[in-house]
Amino acid sequence: MSLNVDTGRVRRAPTPPRGSRHAGRKPPGSGLLARFDLRVTPYVLISPYFLLFAVFGFFPLAFTLWTSFQKYELAGEARFTGLDNYVKLMGDADFWNAVVNTVGIFILSTIPQLILALLLANALNKRIRGRLFFRLGVLIPLVTSVVAVAVVFTQLYGRDYGMINWVLGFFGVDNIAWQNEKWSSWLAIATMVDWRWTGYNAIIYLAAMQTIPKDLYEAASIDGATPRRQFWQITVPMLRPVIIFTVFVSTIGGLTLFAEPVLFNNGTMSGGSTGQFQTVAMYIVEKGFRQFEYGYAATVAWMLFVLILIGVLLNYSLVRRIGGGR
Amino acid sequence: MMINKRRGRLAAAAVVMATTLGMTAACGGGGEETAGGGSSSAPAEKITLTLQTFGGGTNFGYKAAVEKWNAEHPNIQVKYNNLTPDFENTYWPQMLNWLQAGKGAGDVIGIDEGGMGLAKARPQFFTDLSQYGLLNRQNDFPAWKWENGINAEGKLFALGTDVGGMSVCYRKDLFEKAGLPTDREEVAKLWPTWDDFIATGQKFQEKVTDVKFVDGLNTWFNVVLSQEAAKNGNISYYTKDNQLAVETNPAVKAAFDFAVKVKQAGISAKLRNFQDPWLAGMRKGAFATVGCPGWMLGVVQGTVTEDGKNADAGKGQWDVATVPGGSGNWGGSWLAVPKQTKHPKEAAELLNYLTSPEAQLMAFKEGGNLPSTIPAQDSPELQNAVNEWFSNAPIGKIFGPSVKSLPPIYLGEKHSQTKAEVENVILGMDDGSIPVDQAWQRFISEAKKVAEG
Repeated sequence: MSLNVDTGRVRRAPTPPRGSRHAGRKPPGSGLLARFDLRVTPYVLISPYFLLFAVFGFFPLAFTLWTSFQKYELAGEARFTGLDNYVKLMGDADFWNAVVNTVGIFILSTIPQLILALLLANALNKRIRGRLFFRLGVLIPLVTSVVAVAVVFTQLYGRDYGMINWVLGFFGVDNIAWQNEKWSSWLAIATMVDWRWTGYNAIIYLAAMQTIPKDLYEAASIDGATPRRQFWQITVPMLRPVIIFTVFVSTIGGLTLFAEPVLFNNGTMSGGSTGQFQTVAMYIVEKGFRQFEYGYAATVAWMLFVLILIGVLLNYSLVRRIGGGR
Repeated sequence: MMINKRRGRLAAAAVVMATTLGMTAACGGGGEETAGGGSSSAPAEKITLTLQTFGGGTNFGYKAAVEKWNAEHPNIQVKYNNLTPDFENTYWPQMLNWLQAGKGAGDVIGIDEGGMGLAKARPQFFTDLSQYGLLNRQNDFPAWKWENGINAEGKLFALGTDVGGMSVCYRKDLFEKAGLPTDREEVAKLWPTWDDFIATGQKFQEKVTDVKFVDGLNTWFNVVLSQEAAKNGNISYYTKDNQLAVETNPAVKAAFDFAVKVKQAGISAKLRNFQDPWLAGMRKGAFATVGCPGWMLGVVQGTVTEDGKNADAGKGQWDVATVPGGSGNWGGSWLAVPKQTKHPKEAAELLNYLTSPEAQLMAFKEGGNLPSTIPAQDSPELQNAVNEWFSNAPIGKIFGPSVKSLPPIYLGEKHSQTKAEVENVILGMDDGSIPVDQAWQRFISEAKKVAEG
């Protein structure tokens, strides 16, 4: 398909089609105005994006960087301190605790989430009764608000009156204080994230699966490949670009995780009594807007940016090898 | 079209000018008028003032007082907005952001004692109340409550609402279940000292297993801290020149040690005060006692009755007894007018009304908040007060005598942030995530982290 379009364009390129804008005029490039039009107009047309980005993207980034070099307290004086904040941050056990929590919750939520989404998409791609119903059904959790999800799950995980402990009680398990341990709080938060995002990823995978040519599967069947083998040898490798996309998006989402762990502890930023589930994003807010150390919070924010870059690159290099292609 | 628009603009300008003139005219005589308790001067147009407070249950207890004001001032309507139960972690950080941003804060805002140190150090955020004639309120207040409302520039920016006072709220039905006396006089005899209190708790726990004796370590840590601070130079986490005193102030260690004792006695329901599970536990009866400064009565009643929706829920179930260890001052708040308000004069008038002896007594009736003004403290209404919901407890007699002798406790500029962090350690000790033998070290290091910033 794409080949046809290309050749079409190439063929048409030398002679502009009749009735086009330039038909009756002098050839482009002769007048100063025309040259200006050709050279500058495209930039003007795309400029709104860059202007908006400059205001809402670049300026905050640069200002945060500038703030991170200062000791800047709420309504107090700002003092330039160079790299002091960064030096302090490197030795800040609370920060590293938050990094470990963030990465831990990210791994615990994303890996099962993407695998589950892949299997779900594969199932939805088959001929089943009520296919549309199921396809829409998996997407429904995404429509609910994060806050609602977190509040409901936090109640489900309540120590004294939560439903999960109530059910576990039938199996003789004592009430678990989910917020108290790293493993239990991470698990609880991972389920919130997965509940909301698995369906979203499944739908993206499903859309991509439907573009895989059927003849590949037919050929494989004739050669005697089992459905399982077809899934791993055809579906997954063909989905690779989409998998890379979902991994990127979930890496960014996972490393900036905020609402779920905050609400899991009644809206406080400490993430449990010893920071069992305090993520880096929460640490930024705690430092900046609870203890009013704006400069230090800006430093943490920049480190989170670096962390996300590292995370994305790491994941990219891992995911590239999917399907054993290269 | 064009002309219409211009005429509209002109008309608007005229209105604005008229209002400004009216307001300045009113300002001229405002000094004397506001002194009476804020009735008179009505602005030309209807305005709405927002009153922002914090606290669980009935919080500041201003429902009745605001209704009265709104009935008397059709042109100055007050929107009473209680934002959250939690001062340190939610209300104050949010408020400071609004103050810093110059937008979002109400026209009159409540400030807990813990935030006053910082508020005093930031005069740029608040309106100087002396321009509206509120300096003449000085004789209404005890010296310390008055002086705490004067900021670093020597300007009056806040007036006191309530004071702490201390008692123990307990569930009579649960005490009965445990074979303990339920009469408040006899209950008070159970615990002349804090050690007796813990012993009573252990006795309670022997009989009753599904309910714990106290709500959590944090409430009781604060009760004892407020009592001990009064015995140790009236300071808490900071000295009067804002140096961290966590290590040097014996009051902090004494309160901490008490928390350890409660922990080791195994009588804690391990709930953190002012958070949802704590409120749920209060409704469902997960604990038998809670430390009760005056305002806490309103928190308990408001929580159990779901803000008055089921006014009779839990009525007669709770009672109030005197506290071991003498009186202490935990909590108590102030009202201030942020500089960003568009109606400073009316806001100051409202503030004046809400801190008047009359309104304070209304709040006392509504939520048990103990008045900070001397006329209200001396009034028979307070002295003879009985709380119907709390089994007709004679709260006037329980709190009355101690209210006037309450010690002012100095709280530093970073008190609120420090409190939030060290209470996390108490909480961690409570739920077991911090071993008791490491908790004190951690308590100090967390406090240092905040103090050093």
